[in-house]
Amino acid sequence: MPSAPPSLRTIPITLTINGRRHDLDVAPWTSLLDLLREDLKLCGTKKGCDHGQCGACTVLVDGVRINSCLSLAVMRDGAEITTIEGLGTPERLHPMQRAFMEHDALQCGYCTPGQICSAVGLVSEGHAHSRAEIRELMSGNLCRCGAYTNIADAVEDILEQQQKAAAE
Amino acid sequence: MLTNERRQVGRAMPRIDAPLKVTGRAAYAAEHSEPDMLHGAAVSATIARGRILEIDSRAAKAAFPGIAAIYTHENRPNAAWLDRSWQDETAPPGHTYRPLQNDRVLFDGQPVAFVVADSFENARDAAAMITVRYEVETPETDLTTKLAERYVPPKKRSGISPPPDPRGQPEEAFKEAHFRISGDYLIENEHHNPMELFATTVLYGADGVLAIHDKTQGSQNVQKFVCNVFSLSQDKVNVINAYVGGAFGSGLRPRHQLFFAVMASLDLKRSVKFEIARSDMFYLSYRPAMYQTVSLGADAQGRLTAVLHDTVQVTSRYEDYQEVVVNWSGLAYRCDNVALTYALTKLDAATPGDMRAPGAASGLFALESAMDELSYEVGIDPLELRRRNFVHFDQNENKQLTSKALRACYREGAARFGWERRQAKPRSMHEGHELIGWGMATGIWEAQLQSAKARVRMSANGQVIVQAAASDIGTGTYTILAQIAAEALDVPAEDVSVQIGQSDLPETSVEGGSWTAASSGSAVDAACLAIRQRLLDMAQKDDASPLKDATVEEVVIRDGHLRLDTDPRAGVAISELMARAGETAIEEEGKAGPDAKQMKSFASYTHSAVFVEVRVDEELGLARVTRVVSAVAAGRILNPKTARSQILGGVVMGLGMALHEESMIDHRSGRIMNHNLAEYHVPAHADIQDIDVHFVQEFDDKASPIGVKGLGEIGVCGVAAAVANAIFHATGKRIRHLPITIDKILGETVGKAA
Repeated sequence: MPSAPPSLRTIPITLTINGRRHDLDVAPWTSLLDLLREDLKLCGTKKGCDHGQCGACTVLVDGVRINSCLSLAVMRDGAEITTIEGLGTPERLHPMQRAFMEHDALQCGYCTPGQICSAVGLVSEGHAHSRAEIRELMSGNLCRCGAYTNIADAVEDILEQQQKAAAE
Repeated sequence: MLTNERRQVGRAMPRIDAPLKVTGRAAYAAEHSEPDMLHGAAVSATIARGRILEIDSRAAKAAFPGIAAIYTHENRPNAAWLDRSWQDETAPPGHTYRPLQNDRVLFDGQPVAFVVADSFENARDAAAMITVRYEVETPETDLTTKLAERYVPPKKRSGISPPPDPRGQPEEAFKEAHFRISGDYLIENEHHNPMELFATTVLYGADGVLAIHDKTQGSQNVQKFVCNVFSLSQDKVNVINAYVGGAFGSGLRPRHQLFFAVMASLDLKRSVKFEIARSDMFYLSYRPAMYQTVSLGADAQGRLTAVLHDTVQVTSRYEDYQEVVVNWSGLAYRCDNVALTYALTKLDAATPGDMRAPGAASGLFALESAMDELSYEVGIDPLELRRRNFVHFDQNENKQLTSKALRACYREGAARFGWERRQAKPRSMHEGHELIGWGMATGIWEAQLQSAKARVRMSANGQVIVQAAASDIGTGTYTILAQIAAEALDVPAEDVSVQIGQSDLPETSVEGGSWTAASSGSAVDAACLAIRQRLLDMAQKDDASPLKDATVEEVVIRDGHLRLDTDPRAGVAISELMARAGETAIEEEGKAGPDAKQMKSFASYTHSAVFVEVRVDEELGLARVTRVVSAVAAGRILNPKTARSQILGGVVMGLGMALHEESMIDHRSGRIMNHNLAEYHVPAHADIQDIDVHFVQEFDDKASPIGVKGLGEIGVCGVAAAVANAIFHATGKRIRHLPITIDKILGETVGKAA
């Protein structure tokens, strides 16, 4: 339990976030999620449980999807992090973001950034080959609005496009 | 009605807020900030009943110099005294819970202290160091031990109809019925668990004006609450809920995070943010546990001769929370002998709250399970039993219905599902080691219209802005309001700017009860009509105008022109009309609301037929829902894409209700044991397979001015029963206790609820 002012206990780290280098002094107990949301104002990454149970905070660290609430920021010194803000913008959507929009794979939108980052990670892992596998491998991302079938449609769409592109 | 053939309404357009949501640019309640703002954290009670003896915060204060304040019942700043100041527009009767009011602990998790510090971590960690000593009293939290202490709420909750008086001779008719079934049903507490945590950010303005970003289903409801509780004038309080990360009813009442953030902000004259923890979400609101008994009597052909439905539902010690549970059983089917009774019992728990289709989701589980049971008793198909008892009249209220395309739901839903291939006998369908069961149920929800206003502004260059204090909690409000204005004013819906989710916009009630599309949609339509009238007035100032003798019904807006509907060549450019009048834009307000005269003779409901396939592995006791068809009659569908999503969401929540969701209380301590998302199971991706949503054609010119009935609740209605019925068909086990978990499928549960 902390017993001294946090300002005395910061640790310098370097993170590359969405292509931009950040030199940061962070408290050792600050989670990657809180660093993104509170300190860097990258609020696209969501806090849904802070316990690694809902997946809303999913980001890509060196291309791998993780729950950012379960990682202390200091553990990621030197890492390359991609958040939802780094995937695309409203004017230039990432293909997965576009697929989510077209398939109405969101309702309230709160789990959506985590779903999209998770789906991008899933596709690059290369383990999902069927709808059943998509469902299984996306199960760490909860959606209380119940957009699951549409999310699966969006991910399936991107997987198929990718397989087609690979075949050509 | 909307008459333009260039359909914007009815088009499956993607939601207009999607680009912001898929890129993480939509800012929710906790995502507003300013430099050097303060953060709050609460200390939650670890007992369910008793009193606070001592709160020791010395260690926390010593460890965290960044603490700005620690509030307890001993130093809470003053707030309103009268109950009515604390009662928001959705509150049930009673003494509203007031945070830090005194030393009493009324429920598990009740906040007993509030820490404000310079960072989120400091506030959270300081809160963890505060120790509280209690005098513990024995809590009563088990509904099944409190059934005898039932009572009829002395004061009815506003907007909630008590059961109708009995009709006919229900007891006698039941005794004399050719077929009789009777069963007890138990539903456990369920929690909403929207993905967004409840949060409030109060930005304290230099002029003392508060900009409050709150997770709520009604910005104006919150604004009034804050003004009443803290004695502030409305011009000092702005409430914003531009994006709401799900709510499902939990955001109807102002929650304690709002009170704390505003209290601290006013006291410290600083900006304060307070986002509660997921575990604390389990202390806010829940779908109440209830014990139901349904008895059905039928003649030799299966026609209902008696319906008796009784419910005892949980409420808190301090409020009489009520919902409409049993009334559905008096209007779902034709029956002349009906007794419906509804009572409450008090527990040491927080007050329950509205959760998606409050009352109907629970009541229909019992009624529709009983109808299924009756069909086996009579020996006819469950769908056929419902057809035989079809009624096109509201016998509870003695009113006609504005529309009821439920037969089409039965017919088209059954066809899509392949219901005719169903083998009637339980345990008769299987594949490999799995038993297959097909079940169905009827869904009903009230189609309501609430008072709503909207403002529409049309510029000479064709830009359109729609404004209303409505909310979009994931329902698609932004998008459908854009579509309605776009169609009426003939501009692309993508070009309409919709501004909602702010208390200083035209008056709108909370988003709930499935009424927003009908209410706010009709208000926008009315505002557009007023714009057309204004333009026509402008045109008719010119004696030579081709529209000189036209009425507003005879003109339409097309391509930036006001034209005669019958002769589109006759028209005048809107930009020219505005230029002539010296205007650059025109703005009109529209309003909508219930029609009291019509409501005297008409009632309005949405309907659905839900068909479910389950596969049960008996060795493991595992039930998986592999297919759902939900056929819905809900009047006019404004946007098939977002409408379908509403139903998908309702179905998924219904599957959770049927198979997974249960807040487990240790009755010895009165505490919730599974207050996290790992142990309170909401459906995950792997649980959800094929869901087919189908809207049947239903014309309704009375439910609302734009023919819309609403979709937020109907999707969940009947789902739990359809699953339970499918499990009976698969296994021969009638399980009357939700959720239907492995232990119940493996156990001997035939005939009893618990």
